[in-house]
Amino acid sequence: MGESVKPFALHLALILALAVALAVLPPYPATMLARILVLAVFAMGYNLAYGYTGLLSLGHALFLAAGVFAAGLSAQFWGLSAGPALLLGVLAGGGMAAAVGLLALRTAGVSFMIVTLMFAQAGYLTILYFGPITGGDEGFTLPAASRVILGFDMSTDTPRFVAALFLFAIGLLVSLALVRSPFGRSMVAMRENEERSRMLGINPFTVKLAALVISGLYAGAAGAAYALLFGYAGANFATIQYSILPMLYVLLGGAGTTIGPFLGALLMFVLIEGTSRLARLWPVLEGMDYFVIGAALVVLVLFAPRGILGTLRERGLKWLP
Amino acid sequence: MAPLIETRDLTLHFGGLRAVDGVDFILNAGEIHALIGPNGAGKTTFVSLLSGRRLPQSGSVLLEGEDITRLPAHLRVRKGIAYTFQITSIFPRLTVFDNVALAVQSRGTRDLAAQTRAALARVGLAGLESQEAQTLSYGHQRLLELAMGLALHPRLLILDEPTQGLAASEIEGFKALVEGLVPETTVLLIEHNMEVVMDLATNITVLNFGQVLATGTPEAIRANRAVQEAYLGA
Repeated sequence: MGESVKPFALHLALILALAVALAVLPPYPATMLARILVLAVFAMGYNLAYGYTGLLSLGHALFLAAGVFAAGLSAQFWGLSAGPALLLGVLAGGGMAAAVGLLALRTAGVSFMIVTLMFAQAGYLTILYFGPITGGDEGFTLPAASRVILGFDMSTDTPRFVAALFLFAIGLLVSLALVRSPFGRSMVAMRENEERSRMLGINPFTVKLAALVISGLYAGAAGAAYALLFGYAGANFATIQYSILPMLYVLLGGAGTTIGPFLGALLMFVLIEGTSRLARLWPVLEGMDYFVIGAALVVLVLFAPRGILGTLRERGLKWLP
Repeated sequence: MAPLIETRDLTLHFGGLRAVDGVDFILNAGEIHALIGPNGAGKTTFVSLLSGRRLPQSGSVLLEGEDITRLPAHLRVRKGIAYTFQITSIFPRLTVFDNVALAVQSRGTRDLAAQTRAALARVGLAGLESQEAQTLSYGHQRLLELAMGLALHPRLLILDEPTQGLAASEIEGFKALVEGLVPETTVLLIEHNMEVVMDLATNITVLNFGQVLATGTPEAIRANRAVQEAYLGA
């Protein structure tokens, strides 16, 4: 197989394997996998900003929440159906990222982390402030009528799985195409040596802003899909936890690899689920999820600082995109 | 016709240090112009003002009569002013191909791969495309830096101490390469190796304490007493 065909074949194989898994798994793990796929889309977006462009954001929860609430509120108050609501969510994520980026990208490094974090916290507090509309802490359940795409009810298993897989597949293939394009090369140039890029005629601000907006589109899509597929919108999506999660997924799976975000999300879920199962056998493990996450990170930093796929790429699989 | 580059009373002080102090300078199209002077004379700072890496406190920079004093660096690059770094500044973890492709694609070409290979072939790095740039030898990294500059198809190529750290044999190849660039590309060269300067330059400007000490042909500069005292150590 040619070097340019291999990555494409690998991505198609992954999508195919996931389709089979969703078809044969019992409902509970299949639903879990659908959740993982949607969160992996969020993480893929984060990866485009952090893994490829080098933008370490601590505010991606804001873009996710923009998608959640754009879809949720438009379904709730305007009676929008799932298709348009999803589209609105995608645009809200991208729009929010553009607004934040225009201001936050005047900074870099640690300042960028702090500014994005502040924006996300401000967003979270805003959602709470408008509690009568947003449902505040408790959030709200989406009306059943709004959770229908092309006649398929997203509150039932099969359409939900298909929708999650479809969204994931688009996200994955778009991110593959993007990182292999000239623009993808410019993104990596920002991460590697911004000053040199400027002297090659590239405007760093434009590239970083575009990357952040694309990242926001992914986050918005994931947020809207999460709300529509699982029927709930709430302020918790805007908490710092949801800014940290995609970073952990990306670091675990491999920053700057296209499949890393999914792999990281999958492993993190498996670890946490595994811990809670073990806790039923050994009660001493009760509530140890965060300990497990912490331990996983320590192991990662010590033995595979580039994440799983990043390490594989270093050890010989150079063609991994 | 207006000169390719003209500066008028260009000034940048760092606190009490007069790095560039009222420099009037003319660079005509098609020449190889060397900028020489003792360490700390302001050579790198001066070309930073031309390339837009720094902005001056006063004075102006004209490109073919157009005022570009405040133009951002990346737009000057698109207008044809390329700068290669004194301290090799490549993308170490990207392949040799990607390093040069970044320069080619910023011109918005359709023929990315072919033009990238052409730029690499020109400096003699053909066949190393898929290597990671950081694995190249120092001399090859300098050549990669040069290929990135050439791939921009600049009208003015500013070379900041390009032969620093090169072996004698590599310097010969470098001189031939630069001579082949003119007159399509104008070259502004900061260089400490006087042999290279005297062989290549059609004109020389001597900077000292941020000011122009003398400008002229290599012969005139060699004969200039002030230059000899300040710099050539005669």
